[in-house]
Amino acid sequence: MKLHRLVAVAKKEVLQIVRDARSVGIVVAMPIAMMLAFGYGISLDIKHLPVYVFDREGSQQSQNLLKHFQASEYFNVKKAVSDYAALVRALDRGTCKLAIVIPHDFSLRLNAGGPVSIQALIDATDSNTANIAIAYSQAVIQTYSQRVQLDWIQRHGIKKMNPPISVESRTWFNENLESMVNIVPGVVVIVMAVIGVFLTALTIAREWERGTMEQLISTPVTELELMLGKLAPYFVIGMLDTCLCVGFGTLWFGVPFRGSWSVFFIASALFLIVVLSLGYFFSVVAKSQLAASQISLLATFLPAFLLSGFLFPIEQMPVAVQAVTYIMPARYYMDVIRNVFLKGSPITLLLNDLLALAFMSCLLVFVATRSFKKKLT
Amino acid sequence: MEKNNGTPSVIVNNLVKKFGDFVAVDHVSFEAQPGEIFGFLGPNGAGKSTTIRILCGLLRPTEGKATVAGLDVARQPEAVRQKIGYMSQKFSLYNDLKVIENIRFFAGMYSVPDAAMAERADWVLEMAGLKGRESALTGTLATGWKQRLALGCAVLHHPSILFLDEPTSGVDPVSRRQFWELIHRMAAEGVTVFVTTHYMDEAEYCRQLVLIDRGKVVASGSPSELKSGAMKGELLLVGCEPLGDALELLQNAPGVLDAAIFGSAVHVVVTNAQEGMAGLMEYLSEHGVTVSKMEPISPTLEDVFVALTTRQAESRTKSAEAKNVQ
Repeated sequence: MKLHRLVAVAKKEVLQIVRDARSVGIVVAMPIAMMLAFGYGISLDIKHLPVYVFDREGSQQSQNLLKHFQASEYFNVKKAVSDYAALVRALDRGTCKLAIVIPHDFSLRLNAGGPVSIQALIDATDSNTANIAIAYSQAVIQTYSQRVQLDWIQRHGIKKMNPPISVESRTWFNENLESMVNIVPGVVVIVMAVIGVFLTALTIAREWERGTMEQLISTPVTELELMLGKLAPYFVIGMLDTCLCVGFGTLWFGVPFRGSWSVFFIASALFLIVVLSLGYFFSVVAKSQLAASQISLLATFLPAFLLSGFLFPIEQMPVAVQAVTYIMPARYYMDVIRNVFLKGSPITLLLNDLLALAFMSCLLVFVATRSFKKKLT
Repeated sequence: MEKNNGTPSVIVNNLVKKFGDFVAVDHVSFEAQPGEIFGFLGPNGAGKSTTIRILCGLLRPTEGKATVAGLDVARQPEAVRQKIGYMSQKFSLYNDLKVIENIRFFAGMYSVPDAAMAERADWVLEMAGLKGRESALTGTLATGWKQRLALGCAVLHHPSILFLDEPTSGVDPVSRRQFWELIHRMAAEGVTVFVTTHYMDEAEYCRQLVLIDRGKVVASGSPSELKSGAMKGELLLVGCEPLGDALELLQNAPGVLDAAIFGSAVHVVVTNAQEGMAGLMEYLSEHGVTVSKMEPISPTLEDVFVALTTRQAESRTKSAEAKNVQ
């Protein structure tokens, strides 16, 4: 291998990147656009769920219960209606996700100390939201009925007492339980996966399409020099993009960065080598820019989105799917990035992830180098 | 500049290249000597580019052996590449790089030492007539300049053998002439120039010619050898009116081996010129064609080319049929 040829290829590639407006778009605009779209677009927080109520009694007690709902940040009591049909219509239209019906003898039975049930109708098209709505509404009612119970006990002459057991929860790593804090580091992974592959996916295909490859392979440049020369500038660009994403995540979205920069850079470098080599491989195989970019999108975006634990925890996937995630480089990078951002985990806890990434990067560099042959077909 | 005096620069022995069932190169053999301009002629799709690509190590031969500068192209393609310069049929420098950037890039690929860099770049610019346009984007150059720059980039490392695949296609006559002056200069310096073309005037510039058709060598020799020996039969020039009808008649006339339009006349191949003339004269006037002139002539390379390449004959028949339909 001759260094001067590698450098000549790298220089040429840089000149072409600089002169091509599209590649500047991919390098600068795409990460920012993706960070914004995903950062704001994906929110798993369920807050201010629209609620309609049908209070058939209208007593002090029933109003108190509804105030508890209103006080919760998870619900937003939008409207009180005066018949059942209006609730059904609202659920049908989707103007409310939860409808509460309070029976006509609510206060009566409450005062008698007897059991009383209220009806909750939930739009369960999205089962996840429905489950959370059920849990939250049960919590609201639990609190209210506890208070009613205590009042009742006090009124019957027993001195004030508190519930025997209570939970003092403290949330770590994501103190305010904001899903954005979890998602933004994940978005960094997705952006890097997509950008990394895209950067190199076009580089070989472009030479074939423009006919420059024939001249290039008639020179003594070797496959390895060509690949390293082409990957080097994109590696630098990719690392700058990683920093851009992290800067955006911390400064714009206010996500904490608690871990070590060196762990972050090691993991990012390894992951970049993986995706750049993958893009190079696609470019060699596809030989056309369009096909290469389509393969790239399918092969990186979907796995990074679905199988990396970005939105769906890997532990909860079916065993077969879990097995597939082990060959997804994004899975390991996702783990490192989340831990580095939120937990500030030391390198010793992330060693397995880093080793997996290191192995994959070696493997893909090898595959990418071997895939390209200095031959016409 | 390397000189392999005595041993041929290019030796091709029973070379075969198949793409699936299609035989692109069919047992081709020839030799090119050092310092000569070697012309490789043939119609489109005859296998010229395939052969040149095999010789540059860009394609693997299916059978046979090819040696370039004493190296087996199938076994030592990298060693071959350092000794040769190649210009592909399609312009293949980087259009989005400046002239000087293309030169520097290919100088890097060919390991031109830094010390020689400025002098070589200067030489290429001078040769291509691009002095003062170093920082023009290559894509903005006219075709003639592009071709000369491509030639310059292919010889930056002073190769001993130069492969040019239809280097002047789509280039205007003045630029073609300039290009050939460059080729002559290089050959005079001892470079073997292997060039494919289908311009007959360019073929005349070559010392040796190989004519191939459908992957097979149909004739070889110097231009004068080809002209005197390769034709089966003798040539008549027939000046007549109307030309289209005359061609059609002549192609089907008794005793005529071949006929083709050249300028405002028809060239007719017959077994014997003197015997054929009288019969043809009669035949044409019987069919309402006025003959203004009929004389035996010595064939040009184009006559040889047309007579020996069957594909051209076929397409000519087709165009004649098309005329009939109209």
